[in-house]
Amino acid sequence: MRMTNEEIIQIINNSLIKEFELDSKKMIPEAMLYDDLELDSLDRVDMVIVLENAFKFKIKEEKEIRDIRTLGDIHNFVINKIRDIERAS
Amino acid sequence: MQLKRVVVTGMGAISPFGKGVDLLMESLLKGKSGIVMVPELKDIGGVRSHVAALVKDIDPGVIPRKHRRTMSRMSIYAVLACQEALTQAELSSEYCSGGNLGIAIGSTIVSIDTLQKFFEDYLIEKNMEQMRSTTFFQIMNHSCAFNVSQTLGINGRVIAPAAACSTGCQAVGLGYEIIAFGKQDLMLCGGADEFHPLTTASFDIINAASIGYNDRPHQTPRPFDRDRDGIVCAEGCGILLLESLESARKRGAAIFAEITGFSTTSNPQNIADPSAASMETCMRKALLDAGVESQDIDYINAHATATIRGDIEESRAIYEIFGKDVPVSSLKGHLGHTMAASGSLELIATINMMKRNCVIPTLNLENPDDLCKNINLVQQLENRQIRYALKNSFALGGVNSSLILRSYENDK
Repeated sequence: MRMTNEEIIQIINNSLIKEFELDSKKMIPEAMLYDDLELDSLDRVDMVIVLENAFKFKIKEEKEIRDIRTLGDIHNFVINKIRDIERAS
Repeated sequence: MQLKRVVVTGMGAISPFGKGVDLLMESLLKGKSGIVMVPELKDIGGVRSHVAALVKDIDPGVIPRKHRRTMSRMSIYAVLACQEALTQAELSSEYCSGGNLGIAIGSTIVSIDTLQKFFEDYLIEKNMEQMRSTTFFQIMNHSCAFNVSQTLGINGRVIAPAAACSTGCQAVGLGYEIIAFGKQDLMLCGGADEFHPLTTASFDIINAASIGYNDRPHQTPRPFDRDRDGIVCAEGCGILLLESLESARKRGAAIFAEITGFSTTSNPQNIADPSAASMETCMRKALLDAGVESQDIDYINAHATATIRGDIEESRAIYEIFGKDVPVSSLKGHLGHTMAASGSLELIATINMMKRNCVIPTLNLENPDDLCKNINLVQQLENRQIRYALKNSFALGGVNSSLILRSYENDK
């Protein structure tokens, strides 16, 4: 069954909250990963694993990941990735 | 060159009794045992020893995730113990980052729990995609020491000695020498280790682990007792904050003991077999370093892990130097063998015995072995003023360490 964007965002946020022990109140699209959520380069590596496990896709080699700066960027990246997969199938 | 005097101004403990020096001492004074039966050991073929002493009642969550993520359990123990020692010494975080505080903390081996996860991916899954970025930092040889540095903002020198079961005592000795030579004003020193069945198995296959008390865990290990049958593996961390006397006086810090002598030596004859001759050499060198005679020592806290040979060899070595009068006890009966932590945890207990003017007896020592009983084995809690104490850590692995403490309150 096709997930809605809201459902995808919820899965992303819950996965990141659990992995990185984040404050749910800070999970707004504008939140900067480094400055607001206090993640760093090591967390960025693990974030890819967390998202791959949550959505059963592979994104480690995707170039767009390097451009991600905010939580909203993650939301958009994952939603686009899932829609691409849906279209391809 | 005038060496600086070195004193102890803080202590922290994570032991099988739980968190804190007070709980450790309360449990030791009550004659409690931290040994339990560990069900998972029963499921491993070839492992006959099913007992261990495991850390309980700690909350790793008090350490911020950003620091905790690079820690295995032993690093968590080390950080919590260091926080206790710094709190007791009333050292501020600003002081930690001033360059005057260093770290000497080691372990016998890296985190096997973490290595196991790595090798499950590597050998079983044949896929490293799930390996977290922080795994490597948990298994670096200096992981405990650096995690303490990172969490507490300590920017002095960091060393991570590894000398098997002698690690904790050796780390304190090395910290003592660093301060004595004026290289740091303060050092957080000690050993940390986490339990894994591999440790029990390693001792079991060489017939050095206790296997006959699985249904009565509180009755083992039995240092110096005729019915002893080996060590019981344990985990934890003991940390001593060492400080130059000059610095401690300047800060108005409470002083719990002075370290006056240290020796660490090798037993090159055999990596596994204990040797009375090499133990004797180590203790004599420590006495020489402290500038005291054997008759000055009021109490010996033995390594005595309850192996058949080790206890006999240590008894012989002690008798050769000290004769039959100096009180001797081992705390392995209460704590098991906390590996790298044993030397520093037992030093903490010894300092507290000095403060309380008492000697804690060896738990489970009911019938002294004929080959051990020519020394003064303490079997009951004794009231005794201790001016000088000797602590031994004689490791499986060939490294010996002995350290001499002087009661600061009794001899200013």
